[in-house]
Amino acid sequence: MKQTQEPAYRVLPGPEGLLPPAAAVMGVRLPEDGEGLVEGRIVTEEKAMEAAAIALLTRKNPTLFPGPLMLWGWNEHTIEKAAPFFDVAKEIPGVRIIPMPDYRPIYPKIDPEAVINPCHPNLTIWHNKIEACIFIGVHCHFANITLKMIRAGTNCYTIALCAEAGHEDAMASVPQFTADKLKRFAETLRRVKKNGIKPLYEGQGIIPSGWAQVAGLTGTPMMKPEEEMVEAGLSHDLEKGLDENEE
Amino acid sequence: MSEGLGEEVKTNPQGDVITAAPAPTKEAKKGAAAQRVVDPDYLFLHAPREKTFITGSEAAKEAIRRANVDVAISYPITPQSETMQQVGYLYAEGYVKDYYRGEEEYGVMSAIAGASRSGVRCLTATAGPGLMRGLEVIASWPGGRLPCVLLIMCRVINAPLAIQPDNVELSYMLNTGCLLFHAENQQDFYDYALAAFMIGEKPEVTLPVAVAVDGFFVTHARGWVSLPAADIKLPPRDCYHEAVPMMDNENPPIRISRDAPVQKSNFISYQMHASWQQEIWAAQERSRKWIERWLGGLVEVVNPKAKIMIVASGAAVSQSREAVRQAAEQGLEVGLLKIKSLRPFPADEVRAALDHAEKIIVPEFNYVGWLAKEVKSTIRGSERVISGPRVFGGMSMPTELILEYITGSPNRW
Repeated sequence: MKQTQEPAYRVLPGPEGLLPPAAAVMGVRLPEDGEGLVEGRIVTEEKAMEAAAIALLTRKNPTLFPGPLMLWGWNEHTIEKAAPFFDVAKEIPGVRIIPMPDYRPIYPKIDPEAVINPCHPNLTIWHNKIEACIFIGVHCHFANITLKMIRAGTNCYTIALCAEAGHEDAMASVPQFTADKLKRFAETLRRVKKNGIKPLYEGQGIIPSGWAQVAGLTGTPMMKPEEEMVEAGLSHDLEKGLDENEE
Repeated sequence: MSEGLGEEVKTNPQGDVITAAPAPTKEAKKGAAAQRVVDPDYLFLHAPREKTFITGSEAAKEAIRRANVDVAISYPITPQSETMQQVGYLYAEGYVKDYYRGEEEYGVMSAIAGASRSGVRCLTATAGPGLMRGLEVIASWPGGRLPCVLLIMCRVINAPLAIQPDNVELSYMLNTGCLLFHAENQQDFYDYALAAFMIGEKPEVTLPVAVAVDGFFVTHARGWVSLPAADIKLPPRDCYHEAVPMMDNENPPIRISRDAPVQKSNFISYQMHASWQQEIWAAQERSRKWIERWLGGLVEVVNPKAKIMIVASGAAVSQSREAVRQAAEQGLEVGLLKIKSLRPFPADEVRAALDHAEKIIVPEFNYVGWLAKEVKSTIRGSERVISGPRVFGGMSMPTELILEYITGSPNRW
């Protein structure tokens, strides 16, 4: 049955509560190629990119989360996207780049400055006080479970630039996101700045992240993950690790 | 001189002659080699079709012939055995790339899980007790985001043992997370099975699809089926455009994990598992678009303005169609709502179709009345639902029985 009216449910920055529903189950439908989603409503692709650009420029600690499909040279398509990805980063003053290189859980703890992980993505959001982020190159299943967890427990504005059908659980999403669309997104960032949106971190460049330290890119001493404990309610468990046979 | 030297006739322990099909001819093998890949829209919606009079099992065979299946794994159980036997012929002719018999249903469903993880297009089929045996693994498929097609030929599962039609087993399938279509007739069994591959493999869906049919009534009976030419087939599975990464041990980075982590004892992992489960049901919702496009919607409505509406799925739809016709002969307008897709359940469509109805009849081929429960929990005014007539244990459903429910006030379940 074709959707004839907009769903009442809005996909807004959280915290929404312990277990927010999947937006698809609440009636939010995926956009077609050429369209986008903003807060659960189907809009033009241009408007979705604009909403995403404004969020990234005006909210605290904007961060790009490239996933495996962006980080690894799987095929020509992914390699083609790498250069325009950095063009986008350069247009967002004060942006961080924190990768999601893999989907396996990282125990007993993660380094939230170095990575984001779908098993506990909220730790990275909380630690870095991220209020706007982009997921790109993350397989759709892992992006969706991550987006819901972020909406549950953080106030982060999530953006999903998806090579496939898009993501209802992000506050803004554009489907079929090709390298060409990445270039257009960089143009959108330039345009909204030109039209008067003042970046929160004007004058700053890309902020080195823990990942950059790990990779030795910044020249600063590498911080060992264990020196940067995760501040979470159950951090003592995370710190110790768990002994399933413990009595 | 030659007496007694004739070819020995092999029999099974019951004395039945064991037959074997002759090896396919070179001509038969040419058919598979000559097939060309076409756009799914063309195959499902636009390709010219010709009518043929075949059984449900043969209809499934014709779907598989055009489905570009990589691996089919079988284990015999009545009334499913004939279908996978037919698929065996397709393997011999080169239409299916690999085919074998598993150890039993648990092994078959596990092997399908492995095959699907590796990115190939997979098919299996089972029935009744076989489905029950494989259910633990089947229930793990959606969480593994494993596209595959499972054909279910429904039969009795309860003791006393019987092999007759009864679809109570579908009530167990409703909450597994698999997409679940219920075919009314041979034509549906062809159409649903073929479309199921493409629907389940869509990146935003990436789920297993079960296509059920009522055993014997459809599998072993002939009906008219419109088929496109056999020289066209679906594109192969595009496993690198799905919701999870493939298990690919030949291309870097091989370390990418696609499966759920073993759950550890802290809140964060519980939350991830919860979000993971939500995502399965969200993916079901996303399949609606493709069911609408390729199967013409999740429901079909006949006489939508009638005050008396029948809601049915599977073979009960055919009986209901005839009851609607017979009621019309008596001057009664009766409507019919055919549920094609049990999962995702067409809740909005059901509400819209039944909003005006004064009396809603739900005939079923099972004791528990699982469809009536679904309908009651979906609509406003569930007291309008008469949960029946229901037959089970191999009984057929005379249309007169449905007419009694239309015209009278039968004892309610």
